[in-house]
Amino acid sequence: MAVGCRFLWIGIFFCLFLGGCKEKALNSPHPQESPSDNTVYSAFLERPKTLDPAKSYSLEENTFIAQIYEPPLEYHYLLRPYELIPLTVTALPKVEYFSENNQLLPDNAPTKKVAYSTYTLHIKPHIEYSPHPAFVKDKNGNYIYHFLSEEEAKDISTLKDFKKKATRELTAEDYVYEIKRLADPQVSSPIYGFLSEYILGMKEYSKELEKIRKENAGRFLDLRRYPFKGAVATDKYTYRIFIKGKYPQFIHWLAMPFFSPMPWEADEFYSQSNLQKRNITLDWYPIGTGPYFMKENNPNQQIVLEKNPNYHEDPYPTKGMPEDVKRGLLKDAGKMLPFVHRYVFNLEKESLPYWNKFLQGYYDRSGITADNYDTAIQVSELGGIELTKTFKNRGIQLNTSTDPSIYYLGFNMLDPIVGGYGEKAGYLRQAISIALNMEEYISIFLNGRGLPAQGPIPEGIFGYEAGEKGINPFVYTWKQSHIERLPLEVAKQLLAKAGYPNGQDEKTGKPLILNYDAVSNGNPDERAMMEWMRKQFSKLNIQLYVRATNYNRFQEKLRTGNAQIFFLGWSADYPDPENFLFLLYGPNGKVKYGGENATNYENPLYDESFLKMKNELDTKKRLELIQTMLGLVRKDSPWVWGFYPKTFILSHQWVGPTKPNVFARNSLKYLRIQPERRKDLQELWNPPIFWPLYFILGIFFLLLLPVVIRYIKKQRASAERFKDD
Amino acid sequence: MIKYLVRRLLYAIPVLLGVNLITFILFFSVNSPDDMARAYLGQKYITQATIEQWKKSHGYDLPMFYNSEVSGIAKLKETLFFKKSLSLFAFDFGQSDSGRNIGDDIRHRMFPSLAIAIPSLLLGLFLNMMVALLLVFFRNTYIETTGVILCIVLMSISGLFYIIFGQFFVAKLWRLVPISGYLSGIDGLKFLILPVLVAIFSGLGMGARWYRSLFLEEIFKDYVRTARAKGMTEHMILLKHVLRNALIPILTGVVVLIPSLFLGSLLLESFFGVPGLGSYTIDAINQQDFAIVRAMIFLGSLLYILGLVLTDFSYTLVDPRVRLE
Repeated sequence: MAVGCRFLWIGIFFCLFLGGCKEKALNSPHPQESPSDNTVYSAFLERPKTLDPAKSYSLEENTFIAQIYEPPLEYHYLLRPYELIPLTVTALPKVEYFSENNQLLPDNAPTKKVAYSTYTLHIKPHIEYSPHPAFVKDKNGNYIYHFLSEEEAKDISTLKDFKKKATRELTAEDYVYEIKRLADPQVSSPIYGFLSEYILGMKEYSKELEKIRKENAGRFLDLRRYPFKGAVATDKYTYRIFIKGKYPQFIHWLAMPFFSPMPWEADEFYSQSNLQKRNITLDWYPIGTGPYFMKENNPNQQIVLEKNPNYHEDPYPTKGMPEDVKRGLLKDAGKMLPFVHRYVFNLEKESLPYWNKFLQGYYDRSGITADNYDTAIQVSELGGIELTKTFKNRGIQLNTSTDPSIYYLGFNMLDPIVGGYGEKAGYLRQAISIALNMEEYISIFLNGRGLPAQGPIPEGIFGYEAGEKGINPFVYTWKQSHIERLPLEVAKQLLAKAGYPNGQDEKTGKPLILNYDAVSNGNPDERAMMEWMRKQFSKLNIQLYVRATNYNRFQEKLRTGNAQIFFLGWSADYPDPENFLFLLYGPNGKVKYGGENATNYENPLYDESFLKMKNELDTKKRLELIQTMLGLVRKDSPWVWGFYPKTFILSHQWVGPTKPNVFARNSLKYLRIQPERRKDLQELWNPPIFWPLYFILGIFFLLLLPVVIRYIKKQRASAERFKDD
Repeated sequence: MIKYLVRRLLYAIPVLLGVNLITFILFFSVNSPDDMARAYLGQKYITQATIEQWKKSHGYDLPMFYNSEVSGIAKLKETLFFKKSLSLFAFDFGQSDSGRNIGDDIRHRMFPSLAIAIPSLLLGLFLNMMVALLLVFFRNTYIETTGVILCIVLMSISGLFYIIFGQFFVAKLWRLVPISGYLSGIDGLKFLILPVLVAIFSGLGMGARWYRSLFLEEIFKDYVRTARAKGMTEHMILLKHVLRNALIPILTGVVVLIPSLFLGSLLLESFFGVPGLGSYTIDAINQQDFAIVRAMIFLGSLLYILGLVLTDFSYTLVDPRVRLE
């Protein structure tokens, strides 16, 4: 009976286990989903900090935000160079320039004469928000969920618990409301400080709001009641933004989530303390007009986006690059977006489970970590890279792209040894630039996923030139269709000219010791990188002392000018050379002005050219200015021009062709999949293997046998039993 | 006994205050409010004005312990320590630096932690004791020697190895369970199998050896000899007498663990994608979210103290001679 009961329990357990799996494979991590649904499965590596478009400034968070919120402009998915196109507006904004006495100036008016400029935007009518409880009204027109009592809120734990949902039309006032939020001290937008230098009256407005908030502590502040001279809605569908002077790059900001619309109803709805203490806030439940809405938000586990039933007309692009036709990227031209109905994102903190689930077909796309690189990628017969045979046989596709980013080794130009603008200081930096073999770094630490940089502007951005014309002559030479690093001998000669023959100070005879300031988190890879860096410097007999510290102290060293040599990176916000060249603009220096110029490089000629280049369109004149600037910085070498990283993305065969576009943050709407194909392959790839289980059980019983025999013997024994007493 | 419990709970107040103070000092000696603002706001285009705005809106613009700009008791109350740390004594965990209600997060995240911790503890305890009793039963035989060697082998292997081994063989090669993930309800049962097995086997070596030594201490005592003299079988002696008498040290180790089960396992939760409180703490440390760090340390200390009190209390249950006074 007892044995029978035990088996009954085991039977119940297995029924529950297998029952939980339904008809799916035992190892499916999506037991509640059907693989034949039009759903894409993906992952996020870190819990988002916020999904409020006014606060978020991270690429990971943009994966969600950009599918839900719609700024007025977007980047064309296929065209290169990157092109801004209208998203919720009828046309690109009309830009007008005005003098100090409010007189309209011609487009080519000199920058000095422009007191302010205006950007006028007309919104397309009939765009509606995704269904949301904030819009629900009763018969008398009162919002039914805006003033919930504790009793009414007691059964609510997520947005799904609201029974009624409604929508309303997008208006120009919603865009203005969000710009006002950027200035609101309670919101603490990360770009407030930066934008307040450009948007007219933003600082004053922020101060005004701070005062009003103090007077109305604990109450909802309807920003519509407080006019802002930097952004004004002129009618239901039109609004204007006022910018100090001329800032041509501002148009790119209009494609970022910071400038998305925010309905005041949402602000009031989420300001209720009853909802805030249940974590129902704008940080976690976005509200937008985009192709998707947030169906489920458990940032600690899973985020689900679902197709917005109210999404406006948005056809797939009909224009593309010639290679796009060949790759089948224009097959869907003119069809309405989005294609995928649902996106399920799971939190995957560790790369190994993510990678294995991708191989099992449970994630549709994946990047490649260094540990798995050799499993997926091999060098082809022609010397290029290709997928390994196993991956090819599985029909996996590889997409590669060069990121609009740069990683570099910076010299603190304020430092008495590596900094300065004299000839000798320049020679020292040039010598180090030659000795530091970035090709080797890319090969060892990035598995070849990077391009050696020739200057601050990466591939795909105006001003970048490939081939012989684009090389940095102070580090490379052009040899029969490829670049070649200058020999180490040249570096040694330069070092001698700098006053350090054979790595020794010619005045004192002491060895040259330099300090490398690095961030250390205790990662074993970091140690290898530091060791590699030491070796590079030792080629010139320079002793490198590594000063490893945590990230906070490292940033502090940069801010105070106490770092000597350091490694940094920059990822573009928008595809304009200004977004890279400003990293070397003098008045942007970190120590003096708190800007992004971490090396504190300051060259009057460069700065002058920068100001001219900044206000130019992408013309020949602009290219010439950029070339002049590149010439100056290559000679001064405030950076060792490191590398432009490359991204490799793997997709399963059921995923349609995609084109990497880092600036089109809302690109999930273009993706297409074949769910039936996925279902078949998942079943094929994941049959459970039970024999090892039986084998282990067999071994267990086999091991138990001598124990049982011994037990029986022991029970039968008499006096022997007590011999150890 | 009530007096004793009240006294123990009152002792907890200075302990918790001390823990709070040390956490506060340690955290802010590594991270300044400016660093926290930068960690939250990101590194791009951040100006001092933005940082000041963030500090003000999150209450980090106050002095640490003493506010000379106000008068009276406000000198102590209008400080970071009072506002951020002492409110915990009222179980007001407040909001995380990213604006989430910490109390609500803890309420939601303790269940996934418990879903792994409870079966791991119960099954692990049962298995450890059974193996230990078996080794004691077969003491001075090759079975005991082999068993002890196996225990040492199991102890010597890193916990991470069990995770990777389990994920590789059971989930990847044999495809019997998902590699990682979590789901509440009956569908989520299969996600628990592997982490629970890993937790049990990674603790088996140490647990079995420890319990074996406890049982061996008992097995040579007079009452065991008396039981044998009365004709009891060896396995009955082990299960009825030795096990019961060895319960006090076992309880010391186990009861103290019970409250901290809520806090979850840092390693298991990270590798198996379980949204429990273990990963919550690690994330908070990585994101420099002081509000969560202080709340979790406070909760951890409180649960530890509670565990010790429960242990004392449990002594009276297993040994009638013990009285709490």
